Amino acid sequence: MLDPVLASRIQFALTVIVHIIFPVVSMGLAPFLIYFTWKDIRSDNAVYEQLRRFWTRIFAVSFATGTVTGLVLEFEFGTNFAAFSTTAGELFGGPLALEGMMAFMLEATFLGIFVFGRERVSDRLYFLSSVAVGLGTWLSAVWILIANSWMQTPRGFEVVMEDGQPIVHLVDPIAAYLNPRFPWMFVHMQNAAVESVALIMAGIAAYYVFRHHIWKYPIDNIEFWEKTLKIALVALVITAPLQAIHGDLYARHIVETQPQKFAAMEAIWETDSYVPEYIVAFPTSIQDLLDLRAKEIFGFGIPGGASWLASGGDPQATIQGLNEFEGPQPPVAIVFWSFRIMVALGFWFILLAFWGVYRWWRGELYEDDLLHKALMLSAPLGLVAVELGWIVTEVGRQPWVIQGVMKTSDSVSPGLTGAEATATLVGFAIVYLCLLTLYTYVIVRIIRAGPPDGDELTTTESSSPPQSEVSIDD
Amino acid sequence: MTDVGTLASDTLFGLPLADIWFGLVFFILGMFLFLDGFDFGVGILFATRDDKHEREQLLAAITPFWDGNEVWLVVFGGALFAAFPAVYANLFSRHYLLMFAILGALILRGLAPEMYEQREDEPWQKWWGRAFIVGSFTAPFFLGIFIANWLLGTTALITLPGIVVGLMLVALTVVDGVAFLRLKTRNELRDDVRTDGSRALVLYLILVVLTLGVVYITAPELRSALLSPLVVCLVVVNLVLTGIYAVATSSNRYYEAFVANAGLVFTLVSIVASLMYPHIDRVEGLTVEEAIVSTLPLNIMSIGAALLLPLIFLYFGVLYSVFSGPIKADESY
Repeated sequence: MLDPVLASRIQFALTVIVHIIFPVVSMGLAPFLIYFTWKDIRSDNAVYEQLRRFWTRIFAVSFATGTVTGLVLEFEFGTNFAAFSTTAGELFGGPLALEGMMAFMLEATFLGIFVFGRERVSDRLYFLSSVAVGLGTWLSAVWILIANSWMQTPRGFEVVMEDGQPIVHLVDPIAAYLNPRFPWMFVHMQNAAVESVALIMAGIAAYYVFRHHIWKYPIDNIEFWEKTLKIALVALVITAPLQAIHGDLYARHIVETQPQKFAAMEAIWETDSYVPEYIVAFPTSIQDLLDLRAKEIFGFGIPGGASWLASGGDPQATIQGLNEFEGPQPPVAIVFWSFRIMVALGFWFILLAFWGVYRWWRGELYEDDLLHKALMLSAPLGLVAVELGWIVTEVGRQPWVIQGVMKTSDSVSPGLTGAEATATLVGFAIVYLCLLTLYTYVIVRIIRAGPPDGDELTTTESSSPPQSEVSIDD
Repeated sequence: MTDVGTLASDTLFGLPLADIWFGLVFFILGMFLFLDGFDFGVGILFATRDDKHEREQLLAAITPFWDGNEVWLVVFGGALFAAFPAVYANLFSRHYLLMFAILGALILRGLAPEMYEQREDEPWQKWWGRAFIVGSFTAPFFLGIFIANWLLGTTALITLPGIVVGLMLVALTVVDGVAFLRLKTRNELRDDVRTDGSRALVLYLILVVLTLGVVYITAPELRSALLSPLVVCLVVVNLVLTGIYAVATSSNRYYEAFVANAGLVFTLVSIVASLMYPHIDRVEGLTVEEAIVSTLPLNIMSIGAALLLPLIFLYFGVLYSVFSGPIKADESY
């Protein structure tokens, strides 16, 4: 039997890691779906109806899976982290309730119309449904990130002991809800979602374009996939550089507000100035594997790089080392590597975006088989980067569940037994594995089936001859 | 923030906000049991239909709605968490394995129809059809156990009253599902499910009487509350509504039957709330007054709910009017 604290932490990590995939797909698809719906209504080009219908199917499956896994997440605050829920409920419960009422309701009700109601409602209401669904997904993120960012940079509260338990009381709602971390998290997360979906789109489209243009397989809907590839590349070339820019500003914000996390991201133990930015670093012994010490390991670094990043331009700046913080440290190796791989992926996506756009500009987008392969391999990497980013955020703040206020080890339900926690953990691992397998299976089936054929479409536009390809989107 | 502090109030029109939120939490629970109730009912009725076309009609009746319906459960959790955080924490951690059973049932129920539609072949649809039935049966059953345990303040995982209430809720969701299907279907299916509805209603009545008896015997602390005028009145209304439902169903007045069915769910939830009040967590001996969050967050939540609940009803109004009327014979999504 595992210790209930450990089992609860593993279970929660597992729940979050699996759950986050679905909202990222929903949030990232939302602006695309609004655009496709708009173009479908406004233009005669049947490809937009195909785009809308195809990506709506993926959205709907992701939403359904996201709903059930999200419900698990909500319940786990009560079942496994009752001490946290009692202590922080006043600040944490509100955003959760408002997410349900303000965002989730909007998304779920209009999704019914958006997915099933094309033939039943006016164009205007249909377009409004797509906007309502998209707005719902993004507002969901607002409330969830308000709750999470408050845990990272808690403000606007006081702690009072009641019956031997600390209770967080809300004092200043504006300071608490609009805490300094929130805008950084929101921008970084939403941009990441759109970027991840653009990568998925580009990867899938590249597969069909590759088969058609390089391998010369006849593919009926090749225009659909060419269009998808181009739209994805446009989204990617906008989102990928932005992600690096606000990612850099976000990191500097972490230096100011969570220096311990930043030290873990860079594996800096001793406070120092002129700290190098290690591109790669390896422990010299196995014992150091979970206890990286940047100065004592084999590594390749840019001199003064970390200081330069942390201070925003001064290579001589001092960075606080982990040894300055008392008590347990976050698992440095996990944070260090997650951060590095995330950043490396971010730069790879920028490269990929400009490579694709350059080929497109040269008129060679369909000929570059190496680009197609790179896009195919990179399709799931946006999601990988998102996961790693969350690992940096959540693991990096350990041992705190609420930074500086409450430790994770104190937040687990007091009555929870190791047997219960282990039983549900095992059950969850199995259920979630099945869930992921089924989700992947269904998505792959949808992709392999491809978009509905032009002549299968029921609207009148599709019976008109194809438009000459002079639209500005091409 | 002193200005906000002085503006904040513990009452609204003379009523304590704590009590309003206690009512609101149960109202939201009622909305979930009523709306998702017919999804569960349709899922259970899936077991009675072998015909592929009929099964698709059952699915088509609920597919545009069930996502929205299930969100009421998320909102129930959120509202309980926001207004009574200690109760949320105590209740959910105390019924640890039960909560996971509910989640498991809901995962199965949510996933199964989505999967069922993905492939046309028989073994696939047979197995996901079964999963849909099992999920739809176990979800209200476990929820019933949860509600009974909450009311009785028991720490045991499974109790006799829990099982009886669980079965009662299952019967009620079938009644609910039939009332909904009679609005949404035509021809043989509409006539066929009437028999299922009558059986479920009789079963429900038996289980109501059984529940009252079991609670009376096993929970002496609830006896006086059980005999209070309000609760007696609610029980009578509940029983009268079953009569109205039966009459409306046999005379093919579909809307009246559906409204009576809604009344059944809400009177049942009201009975639970009345029996519980003024406590909200019997095990910890917490009253509503003691468990409520402090005034400032409560006021923020109250303003939020006052603004958002009418909007939510508007959304549901739009959704249900877009998909109103019987599904067409060939309609499946």
